[in-house]
Amino acid sequence: MILAKVVGTVVTTISHPAFKNRRLLVVQPLALPGKDADADFIALDNTQAGIGDTVLINREGGGARQVLNNPDAPVISVIVGIVDSLYLE
Amino acid sequence: MLLGRVKGTAVCSFKYTGTEGLKLLVVQPLDKNLQPVGGLQVAVDVVQAGPEDLCVMVRSREAALAMPDIQFVPVDLALVGIVDELNIRPDGEFDMQMRPGWVSYT
Repeated sequence: MILAKVVGTVVTTISHPAFKNRRLLVVQPLALPGKDADADFIALDNTQAGIGDTVLINREGGGARQVLNNPDAPVISVIVGIVDSLYLE
Repeated sequence: MLLGRVKGTAVCSFKYTGTEGLKLLVVQPLDKNLQPVGGLQVAVDVVQAGPEDLCVMVRSREAALAMPDIQFVPVDLALVGIVDELNIRPDGEFDMQMRPGWVSYT
């Protein structure tokens, strides 16, 4: 799972049935001090996250299908948590 | 999952068994600022996208799950949604660097 920040929203009217009634959000992974952040990507929201929230993302298809309770969902990244605080050494 | 823009159509007369009838589109993967990332790729279309449409794409094994009828075929990029509206906050509005010690986000 990775930590990322929600930086945008995507609206689709025509989409795969597995995406219906869920929001797609554009997320940008967080970076360690002095390192560059990874490339942004799109994740399916399962937690009612909004723009500016720091979120926990499951970036693996098997886990995503388990979260969505749909064994045929073509989804890789799904937001599974909203981060309250972090401690870094 | 990532954004992409449809740039053209690919037609194959000889295909792997099971992939007959799939619509193939040439797409350019994009980042959140709609800047190209890498080269053109070929994706399977299940949402009837047209030229220059902005789409949501899914990579890897999950692309093979996107087709409604076909079960498991060698496909690694599929279009799963057509973007109507994209709302992106500008670069630099949020701090992407993690800081040592306790940081509260809410």
